[in-house]
Amino acid sequence: MVGVRDITAKQMTAGGAVLALLIVLPLFCSPFAQHVMILTCLIAMCGVAWNVMGGYAGMFSFGQAAFFGIGAYTSSYLLLTFDVSPWIGLVAGGVISSLLAAAIGYPCSNLRGHYFAIASIAFAEIVRIVFTNWQMVGAAEGLTIPMLKESLAHFMFHSSKLPYYFIILAFLLLALAVCRWVSTSKMGYYFRAIKEGHEIAQVLGVDVVRYRLYAIMISAFLTSMAGTFYAQYILYIDPDSVMVLPISVQIVLVAMLGGANTVLGPVIGAAILVPLSEYSRAWLGYKGTGMDMIIYGTLITLISMYQPNGVWGAITNLKRGSK
Amino acid sequence: MPRPGATWSVTLEQLAQQLVNGVLIGLVYSLLAIGLTLIWGVMNVLNFAHGDFLMIGMFLSYWLYALAGVDPLFSVPINAVALFLLGVLIYRFVISKVMKGPPLAQLVVTFGVSIFLSNLAALIWTPDFRTIGHSMLTGTWDVSGIELSIPRLVTAIGSVLASLGILWFLRKTRTGKAILAVEMDREAALIMGINAERINSLSFGIGSALTGVAGAMLATYYYIYPFVGGTFGLICFCIVALGGFGSIEGAFIAGILVGVVETLGGYLLDPSYKLAIVFAMYLVTVWIRPQGLRGW
Repeated sequence: MVGVRDITAKQMTAGGAVLALLIVLPLFCSPFAQHVMILTCLIAMCGVAWNVMGGYAGMFSFGQAAFFGIGAYTSSYLLLTFDVSPWIGLVAGGVISSLLAAAIGYPCSNLRGHYFAIASIAFAEIVRIVFTNWQMVGAAEGLTIPMLKESLAHFMFHSSKLPYYFIILAFLLLALAVCRWVSTSKMGYYFRAIKEGHEIAQVLGVDVVRYRLYAIMISAFLTSMAGTFYAQYILYIDPDSVMVLPISVQIVLVAMLGGANTVLGPVIGAAILVPLSEYSRAWLGYKGTGMDMIIYGTLITLISMYQPNGVWGAITNLKRGSK
Repeated sequence: MPRPGATWSVTLEQLAQQLVNGVLIGLVYSLLAIGLTLIWGVMNVLNFAHGDFLMIGMFLSYWLYALAGVDPLFSVPINAVALFLLGVLIYRFVISKVMKGPPLAQLVVTFGVSIFLSNLAALIWTPDFRTIGHSMLTGTWDVSGIELSIPRLVTAIGSVLASLGILWFLRKTRTGKAILAVEMDREAALIMGINAERINSLSFGIGSALTGVAGAMLATYYYIYPFVGGTFGLICFCIVALGGFGSIEGAFIAGILVGVVETLGGYLLDPSYKLAIVFAMYLVTVWIRPQGLRGW
């Protein structure tokens, strides 16, 4: 286990240095580079959230886009219709996502492996189809977030991308803190026990259904927060941009690439994958040929073949080898 | 959109029509799902690229028709061989590499193949919708008020024949029995001297070949475009899971069931909810029976 309970002084210094770099670096970057950094943090946050249920509790969800979308839609709908601050919408979206996750997760608590994966896709697709046909939330046309004066209270900034960056960085740190808390708490050990063996965990007295629900709900809440952020950042959402399967797959992918079952893995995965796909889209995607998607598909395949345990796993192996 | 109308006689007739349409598309689903369930059962791999193999089969038939004038019906054997080879290649060079890796990598890898294939097709052949204008199969056949579209009917019959053929192969031939043996108990089959690696690539090849067969026949009436596989693939997953892990008969029955539910549900409720109904049916079934329908 990588640094579960104790953080050494050395790690503290290293972490502080990285954080300082992450805060200072974007000040000197182009707007596009800032945009890529924002997306990286956003996907990293989703990957960390996925890790709580996928990496630790072993429930491979391919339906995270549903929670992402519900977060985006809840805050946007409340803002448009009732003039509710997106910050309250953020919490409301998280609560709705968690409750829905519990409602769908409870009957699914018997499902394992592939059956769970397909159930998560089925659930997310149902949510997408419902939103595509739901007139109240704009159906297929989606929602446009109204322009307000820029301020932190409005969760809206026009003159610079930097405030968005600092918000999503803070969100990411929050998600990491939650993930670390989960992994070091009793709950984290229960999660791993459930992952290793359902029946054995049950026999040993772990309330499997309850802890699986906790994992799903925590994951849904954090993913929903990311969705609200996305809506406030892009200012336009529709089912095709926030609720589709490729989003869910990308979330799983960053976790896998970085190293599922490690706190920082998804962040490393996102830091590699998101810039790669954004820059390849910027360079190759402009012709509309889908060349960037071909590279993306190849990348997924190669990662699964040659780096299935994630970069973090490879680094740990190297460390062990050198000792 | 026609909704259940004023008088019962009309409604019944329309219902019967939808039922027939549902069974006809359901039989194609069955064939596709049998291929998918074979791969799932033998090597415990979810092939998310299954629908994209179907897409390649459809395009192959399209080009054979457009460039060489081969009727889609005659491209069935060509498709079967071509897709078999593609399946074996993908197994050898991609899937076999992740078989020993962590389960998550096995789940993700075929997503990569799927994105690669569909976008490559869009790059080479453009994302346009195409149809085959003049297949041998056209027209409809009126059976006491119910219209049977000839291409759909022939496609359904062809799918049943192919499904029966594959069942015969699995039950009666030595190789087929070996595949079933691996599906039942891999370890025991290995002890009996069955070459698991060969069985894996064979199963993957056969599963893909079935999409080629279905693709050729679907090409007679369905739109052909690079992303046609997405929906088919997702539906097939529901069918396979409904039918039960690796069960051929389960997949066959569940395929018809899904075809009927999708068509009737779309007709009675709203066509845009067709897929949602299929997914909901899957969720409800696995809640009641986590292992799928098999055993009923």
